[in-house]
Amino acid sequence: MTEFRKHLEIGSSPHISSGDSVEVIMRNVVFALTPVCIFAVYTFGIAAALVLATATLSCIATEHILCKANGRASTIGDWSVAITGLLYGLTLPPDLPLWMVAVGGIFAVAVGKFLFGGLGSNAFNPALVGRAFLQAAFPQAMTHWALPLGDSRFVDLPASTLAMPFAQPGYDAITTATPLAMMKFDGIQAAGGDLLLGLTAGSAGETCALLILLGGAYLVARKMMNWRIPISIFVTVAGITWLFNLYDSVQFPTPTFMLFSGGLMLGALFMATDMVASPITNAGCWLYGLLIGSLVVVIRFWGGMPEGVMYAILLANAVSPHIDRLIRPAVFGTGKGAG
Amino acid sequence: MLNLAPKDSFRNGVHPPENKDDTSHLAIRRFPFAPVLIVPLSQHLGKPAVAVVREGQEVTRGQTIAEPDGFLSVAMHAPASGVVKRITLAPSISGAMVPSVYLQPHPASSQEVADGEPCDVETATPDEIIAAIQRAGIVGLGGAAFPTHVKLKAPEGKRLDTLIINGVECEPYLTTDHRVMLEQTADIFLGVRYLLRATGAKEAIIAVEANKPDAARKLRQDCPEGLPVSIRVCPVKYPQGAEKLVIKSLLDREIPSGGLPADVQAICVNVATTAEIGRLLPRGRGIQERVITIGGPAVRRKGNYRIPIGTTVRFALEQTDTVTNISRVFLGGPMMGAAVSNLDIPITKGTSGITALTTTETGEATGHKTVYPCIHCARCVDACPLFLNPSQLGLLAKNEEYVQMADEFNLMDCFECGACSYICPSHIPLVQYFRLAKKMVRKLSVPA
Repeated sequence: MTEFRKHLEIGSSPHISSGDSVEVIMRNVVFALTPVCIFAVYTFGIAAALVLATATLSCIATEHILCKANGRASTIGDWSVAITGLLYGLTLPPDLPLWMVAVGGIFAVAVGKFLFGGLGSNAFNPALVGRAFLQAAFPQAMTHWALPLGDSRFVDLPASTLAMPFAQPGYDAITTATPLAMMKFDGIQAAGGDLLLGLTAGSAGETCALLILLGGAYLVARKMMNWRIPISIFVTVAGITWLFNLYDSVQFPTPTFMLFSGGLMLGALFMATDMVASPITNAGCWLYGLLIGSLVVVIRFWGGMPEGVMYAILLANAVSPHIDRLIRPAVFGTGKGAG
Repeated sequence: MLNLAPKDSFRNGVHPPENKDDTSHLAIRRFPFAPVLIVPLSQHLGKPAVAVVREGQEVTRGQTIAEPDGFLSVAMHAPASGVVKRITLAPSISGAMVPSVYLQPHPASSQEVADGEPCDVETATPDEIIAAIQRAGIVGLGGAAFPTHVKLKAPEGKRLDTLIINGVECEPYLTTDHRVMLEQTADIFLGVRYLLRATGAKEAIIAVEANKPDAARKLRQDCPEGLPVSIRVCPVKYPQGAEKLVIKSLLDREIPSGGLPADVQAICVNVATTAEIGRLLPRGRGIQERVITIGGPAVRRKGNYRIPIGTTVRFALEQTDTVTNISRVFLGGPMMGAAVSNLDIPITKGTSGITALTTTETGEATGHKTVYPCIHCARCVDACPLFLNPSQLGLLAKNEEYVQMADEFNLMDCFECGACSYICPSHIPLVQYFRLAKKMVRKLSVPA
């Protein structure tokens, strides 16, 4: 008689599972962001590298320490906090003082994620929570933009980068305005090609639309991103802009400019698609994108600030659970088709 | 409403690895008799049968050893010629001890099967066929083990127009229906004739999944002239074989929530069940064996076997030269099969297969998968064929909000196909939660 193992594993079916796990998905988002990060360092130099590194490390350290302090196993291994850190870093001006970067990173994870209950429970995209905090706390530093492709970007650090905490950062002479600010305050539109390639002033990672689109396409192909959200945002923004541009092409920019300027690409592809803070049904995702797109246009055209992607996404995050409550597909056998 | 379902299929679902190639080409072989066979008196949904043999009594293979107790019950037949050793409690898959007949086959017996009262397809009335099916002990062999004759009796005032013969077999590893369709076409078509007569349905459709093109070809080739039966091929997708979904795919009719196939004038019978009806009824015999797939990475001599009812899982694994390092053994396929804790439980009429995994596949050797919080990735929502929201249901289950799960989120419609748990990147045991929640809801809805 064969002696089989005495202790058999008991478990509820199914006894197999698909290969993807949370850390695989999260890791792939990090991979998708890598080209964007490399390009940010290429355009803005060591300052951008330091901003990204500080942002990521401060976020990871905050999560690790908070987990340990609360007597839990550290959750940094699921890679989600790495995404938060990178995304947060990519939304910052490249010459932002590093101490501010660290403060915002701590806030992003501690308040934006941990207070809500950690992975899966954050109501808002944590990276944007960190950025919103900095925007409120340091409005001047957060709207101070370095020129892209500066000659000494790989040699010298901007004076502001290593500014002492709580001191007024000193800035170098050469700074500029973002394309959106130029459009809003001076009525000048940047060239489409520069926007697509990212050779304009702006946050570290928001400038190169092409690489962001590539990263997004990779995640969509791996079924790790709901493409309906960015598409819905793009269609909404382009559609509304087109109508206004038809009406008055001097005051209102072209749809192309709107799509490729500012943080729209990065926000639509990588922040609005935060699974935790976006609706769960596809229909809900279309509506969510429509909401973000409309808010972006409203804030950019009529708001006090040149850019509105961050607030548009944060507001839509708040509405997302309500969208899920509102849009519920009819269960099999309960809809019109039943019977 | 826009019809979003793909042609001949249903919306959502998953594509687990099929793992059928190891056994799908292997012809059905006869399994040896175990030294002792354990025949539970309750192998079906409904009331247990009543034993009509005594301890120590000699029985012939195929002889009725237990009679049905009322309409919602079926007969049991001796799986071998031998002697009834004991009638006592035996372990079952659920862990409960159930009354069973212990039968010791005679090694020297020729194991001739006893004939009973024949039922002629040309002359029998629908009620006679239904009674014959009950006498033959026939239940759904796909796994549900619901008494087939109960299904055939349309509720008062309902008319059935279409008989669906379910040969989808969407569970990974299992290839029994596939082999039956290749090797028993005559039985199947005879079974279809019995079923058409019993139900009054005008036509029959045999549903086959696209991964069994040879079966579809063979059925088309052997289909008798004049029999109103068509063979339809569905795209491969799990859980295509579920009754609700096969009816949706073929007829584009949606069984109402909480309803029966008869509500949409359809009836669905598994193809192996149909073949048994065609094989047994003409000679008045009963089910005393069935075809199962014994497979999975731990099994060395994988195959499709015609195995006596009551054979223990241990004997089946021994005979198929299974490695000793087994980790998880389950009856049926990996998506819906029940895990076995005790190898000394018998194979029953509802057992469609035995699948055995080693520690390598279950992760015991490499470390189990971490369970993460739900990240709202919506993969479960896109997988659920009934458009439930497993993510939301999972969160509610964690908070023990069972009543809300049932009232607001249609928990009771869930048929536990496992698509959500399979796809979940957080490895949340959603189906396990739902099973528990359904039990709790049933308990709460019954006044104490």
